[in-house]
Amino acid sequence: MSPAASTDEGWTNPLRDPADRRLPRIAGPCGLVLFGVTGDLARKKVMPAVYDLANRGLLPPGFSLVGYARREWADQDFAQIVHDSVRQHARTEFREEVWKQLAEGFRFVQGDFGDDVQFDALRRTIEELDVSRGTGGNHAFYLSIPPKFFGDVIGQLQEHGLTEGPEGSWRRVVVEKPFGHDLASARELNAVINDVFPPESVFRIDHYLGKETVQNILAMRFANNLFEPIWNSHYVDHVQITMAEDIGIGGRAGYYDGIGAARDVIQNHLLQLLALVAMEEPLSFDAVNLRAEKEKVLSSVVLPSRLDLHTARGQYAAGWAGGEKVIGYLDEDDIEASSTTETFAAIRVDVETRRWAGVPFYLRHGKRLGRRVTEIAVVLKRAPHLPFTETATEDLTQNAIVFRIQPDEGATIRFGSKVPGGAMEIRDVNMDFAYGGSFTESSPEAYERLILDVLLGDPPLFPQNAEVELSWKILDPVIEHWARRDAAPTADGIDQYAPGRWGPECADAMLARDGRTWRRP
Amino acid sequence: MRELTGTSAAGIAAALVEARTSAGSPAMGMVMTLVVVVDEDHATQAMECAREASHEHPARVLGVILGDGRGHGRVDAQVGTGAGWSGETALIRLHGEVVKHPESVVLPLLLPDSPVAVWWPVDAPHDPAADPLGGLAQRRITDAAGATTARTKAIGRQAAAYAKGNTDLAWTRLTPWRALLAAALDQHPAKVTAASVSAEKVSPSADLLVAWLSLCLRVEVSRHTSAGPGLTEVTMTTAEGDVSIARPDGLLASFRSPGQPDRPVALKRRTVPELLAEELRRLDEDDTYAAVARHLTKES
Repeated sequence: MSPAASTDEGWTNPLRDPADRRLPRIAGPCGLVLFGVTGDLARKKVMPAVYDLANRGLLPPGFSLVGYARREWADQDFAQIVHDSVRQHARTEFREEVWKQLAEGFRFVQGDFGDDVQFDALRRTIEELDVSRGTGGNHAFYLSIPPKFFGDVIGQLQEHGLTEGPEGSWRRVVVEKPFGHDLASARELNAVINDVFPPESVFRIDHYLGKETVQNILAMRFANNLFEPIWNSHYVDHVQITMAEDIGIGGRAGYYDGIGAARDVIQNHLLQLLALVAMEEPLSFDAVNLRAEKEKVLSSVVLPSRLDLHTARGQYAAGWAGGEKVIGYLDEDDIEASSTTETFAAIRVDVETRRWAGVPFYLRHGKRLGRRVTEIAVVLKRAPHLPFTETATEDLTQNAIVFRIQPDEGATIRFGSKVPGGAMEIRDVNMDFAYGGSFTESSPEAYERLILDVLLGDPPLFPQNAEVELSWKILDPVIEHWARRDAAPTADGIDQYAPGRWGPECADAMLARDGRTWRRP
Repeated sequence: MRELTGTSAAGIAAALVEARTSAGSPAMGMVMTLVVVVDEDHATQAMECAREASHEHPARVLGVILGDGRGHGRVDAQVGTGAGWSGETALIRLHGEVVKHPESVVLPLLLPDSPVAVWWPVDAPHDPAADPLGGLAQRRITDAAGATTARTKAIGRQAAAYAKGNTDLAWTRLTPWRALLAAALDQHPAKVTAASVSAEKVSPSADLLVAWLSLCLRVEVSRHTSAGPGLTEVTMTTAEGDVSIARPDGLLASFRSPGQPDRPVALKRRTVPELLAEELRRLDEDDTYAAVARHLTKES
């Protein structure tokens, strides 16, 4: 139900009833102020998501979108940019009447992030919208800009009285990853933001957490009796969390070099996925209880003492991937030949709880791997006794429960079955649950869900300070270890791996040491 | 598409499995069985709508055409799985004696252990829950606006025959309106003293909306006739002035509330597949519809 269903005076909306579950949650009157209008993310994700929300009737009448950027644009030029991006990237069909509803609320303010006069203009624009569009003083500031500008923008917002609206209204800020590049910088960034916005008004977007399958991990774990009994070290041998990309860094050298795979993906996405798979049952599904369980499990994550044996990294070399000739990382534009930034990273972590003692979690992420896939594989122990001959079970490996996050969202259970025929021969088979062939077409994009949650003020899917800092605490020693190795006189450089495969040999060796192998996702 | 003549439930079931295997995908991702009870004239269109709706809810769609009930019983069927779609369909034509026993054909074809929905796109039985096919289902979907006879009475009759699991697309059509009206009061929290609904002359949705508003707001709700299409305006009167949503063209509405500027809101009339997909999203009892149906019956 909408948080606006009842007001302070005890007035309840007679048209709302918790039993009436057809009524969608529509955000209350509000507007979105977008910094970094020309960026890829704004054009490919944020603007289309706003349109899709409007098309599904989930935005309030009068919703307004304000763009702030350096370009010399009028409101119409900005509207044209949004129009083009919606036409190109929106999920739902383009409808003139939806566009009309949105277009009247577009405003553009031209200025730098340090421009006093223009932030004043921004305040006047917002005040004008409250009058002409009825946005009621409620505005979310979406910082789709590099983190180094956060300080400037947030300082300006505060200085110009934009961080506090009239009585009873809200102001929220939305930021994207990266949330710092190590613990210290993450703390610094948190300090800058929290100086001005209270923690509950800060929404960190990790688009993975908006995905249906990620939310389904919780549904599958806690709504069923089928999985929970085996969800522990008695039955689980280990867990592999993989996010593979088939592309290289593309034109993102400036962003990527010096950051690398571990910081870019493991710190946020993979550790969040780990938290969801490993956490205990929350008291309820509200933000506070979910966060409490996630924080608990992240606090109990420890790294192996021998980081040289239980981590692996690499850089993609030149070669052939998917039938195309591709260049290596070091040949990419603007990358120094001496760069030691990893494009593949794998680490082992252990979760020190009664449930997970002795069950390693292997996290890996890489660019230019075999195919684009994100999955979580919970690999079970072998049956304690097999009353078959050894030859009968030669093809039988370990049972596994696999959550596919993307693409083809769904789940797979892998188990042994008899091969039809006279002899007793047992082999692995897969049982697959897909969200229907085309079901995914109609399921909302992660950004839609997350932006709507921001406007509704519903925070369960957003990581807060503590989670971000805990994740850095886990990852920092690994990154420092790699840095030490590169600085050592015996440094032998970083392993190269063939593109279009599944990463460097040292990653296979890392699992072989534990007597395990990576799953081919 | 495979044609079967003079077949039985077992024959149809075998043809479904065969079609699935030859399509190369023996996996079943289907979540429910949707039974469409329709006449010959509307069959093609109804099956198309059901197929579209089942993109969101992969289903086994069984079309049932009840033919002439005289003479010897005969079952014919067209069976197929579509390309690029995870469901499957069988259009079953019944002739002769078996017309009185359609459930004997449909029951063996229901997917094991998963929900069943029955949809009557045109004329529905007066008491869907007592219907032999309706009795198989958790969800019975009628469409008062699709009735070919006694259209003015159709919704009243369905409301009077309400049983757990019944629903009507006339109610589904109201969801965006109701959402907007509720949002309007969120934005403008005030006591509503009167309300009015304007719609074309025969509009089961308008009848339900009047009932819903008077039930929730406990005020007199007047009903006015307009040229349509469908619902055209809803007004709620408060001490400060009227809150109203007017949609003259079936596409774009204008939202008015006291002390606020007029704002356009997209409010398109939805297609049948969209309505059906919404209806299949929840298969438990719709308590609000139950209350509205009771209210409608009491008032008339």
